[in-house]
Amino acid sequence: MNQFVYLDNSATTPVKPEVLETMLPYLQEEYGNPSSIYRKAAASEIAVRTGREQVAKALNADVNEIFFTACGTESDNWAIKGAAFANQNKGKHIITSKIEHHAVLHTLEYLEKQGFSVTYLPVDAEGKVSPEALSGAIREDTILITIMMANNEIGTVQPIRELAAIAKEKKILFHTDAVQAIGSLAVDVKELGVDMLSLSAHKFGGPKGVGALYVKKGTKIDTFMHGGAQERNRRGGTENVAGIAGLGKAITLATQNLEEKTKKITALREKLIEGILATIPDARLNGHRTDRLPGNVNFCFRYIEGEALLLRLDAKGIAASSGSACTSGSLDPSHVLLALGLPHEIAHGSLRLSIGEQNTEEDIDYVLSVLPGIVNILRMMSPLYPGE
Amino acid sequence: MYSEKVMDHFENPRNVGEIKDADAVGQVGNAKCGDIMKMYMKIEDGVIVDCKFKTFGCGAAIATSSMATEMVKGKTIEEARQLTNAAVMEALDGLPPAKVHCSVLAEEAIEAAIEDYYKKNNLTYEPKKKCSGCCGSCDHHHE
Repeated sequence: MNQFVYLDNSATTPVKPEVLETMLPYLQEEYGNPSSIYRKAAASEIAVRTGREQVAKALNADVNEIFFTACGTESDNWAIKGAAFANQNKGKHIITSKIEHHAVLHTLEYLEKQGFSVTYLPVDAEGKVSPEALSGAIREDTILITIMMANNEIGTVQPIRELAAIAKEKKILFHTDAVQAIGSLAVDVKELGVDMLSLSAHKFGGPKGVGALYVKKGTKIDTFMHGGAQERNRRGGTENVAGIAGLGKAITLATQNLEEKTKKITALREKLIEGILATIPDARLNGHRTDRLPGNVNFCFRYIEGEALLLRLDAKGIAASSGSACTSGSLDPSHVLLALGLPHEIAHGSLRLSIGEQNTEEDIDYVLSVLPGIVNILRMMSPLYPGE
Repeated sequence: MYSEKVMDHFENPRNVGEIKDADAVGQVGNAKCGDIMKMYMKIEDGVIVDCKFKTFGCGAAIATSSMATEMVKGKTIEEARQLTNAAVMEALDGLPPAKVHCSVLAEEAIEAAIEDYYKKNNLTYEPKKKCSGCCGSCDHHHE
């Protein structure tokens, strides 16, 4: 009963020991402010510079194109509001997809109140945005396109290179939220052809409270956080030195041997998906069957509700998440699952299991040994269940 | 997030199931909102001698169903109609604010079964206020 299996790596990941070790000096002895000129502060300044070099290298970007933020949400807010306000003389139309993270969708809702208009592209039943639909939605006054690289709930990977090429041809800025992608997919900003890209350290073995925004040289974007001269006058506020050092180390580790790591994680994912499909009837895999994040497994189990499922799994030592209304804090289930065309009652019964580097075959075997029984118990309690 | 009592009634729900020859059956809520409760009662001489439930919903929905069935068993119909969502919540040592509507559903599921009993027996039924299962559709006190 002491077993604990963490399968919520899309929510957050444990800080890697090497990352923590890199961070520790900047929380204690090397407390200098990187902006100070005396020698005591030099270590902090070097830590920030090193972190920036590491992020730039991992993304194949220039160091001057990397700006540190407090989180993925801030990066998304800055990219979208910053580009919208800086380019509104050219137009006030923005294109996105219906399945973006709330950091993007709620930012766009705010901009709609400020007089911008937004087109929310639909996705197909597997969660893909179509390049044709994007081309068709572009208007004379379109100034920004923002589409996530991989979805946090269903794991579907978007054809970013193709979508960004369409934007480039029309001279429209392209931003991608790559928060779920780093450490799972190859992310090369030049190869992708994006103008802006958001990332967050705690999704790939780094600490919470630090993220970054890549802004391609020459991209017109307003300052978001007004203050001091940090981040080349673009983002005020004393740097999160330990966090930045941790982010740099974490992204270096996360992007090393990527192929080998994702191969192992994909094998665990396939074992889990196949195991669930073989043992639980009326289970629907959400997202694209193959074009998905290596560690993402998302199912809807008919006739039951997600929160009840999570509580029962927790009692067995399994940490997971759901897109049910009861876990979203509203009465509606996840907007992502609804965008796939799922009816409400099926969307309420979703379960996301996200596999990380630390997970093993034994973890998957354990989940497969308890999940069918839990689904069955809840179904036997459900008035919707027609019986076996 | 949940009290120990809620977790106990969620993990070990009392009175789960159907009553084949039930004298009263009531169902409330809707799948769209993510909660459906169905109550079955066996009634003898105006007394609820047995009560079972089936619920599609979250932990609180299952726990409140379980507690409500426990609270009405052995009661007369009139006594059972006095059951309030507040009493169900109190018996469970409280619910998080977002889950208060589950206790409202439990109260209404009991009432729906009793309404069914009145109608089956051609008795005059005076309705209580109703809830569709979606917050905002009723005027219950959600403290």
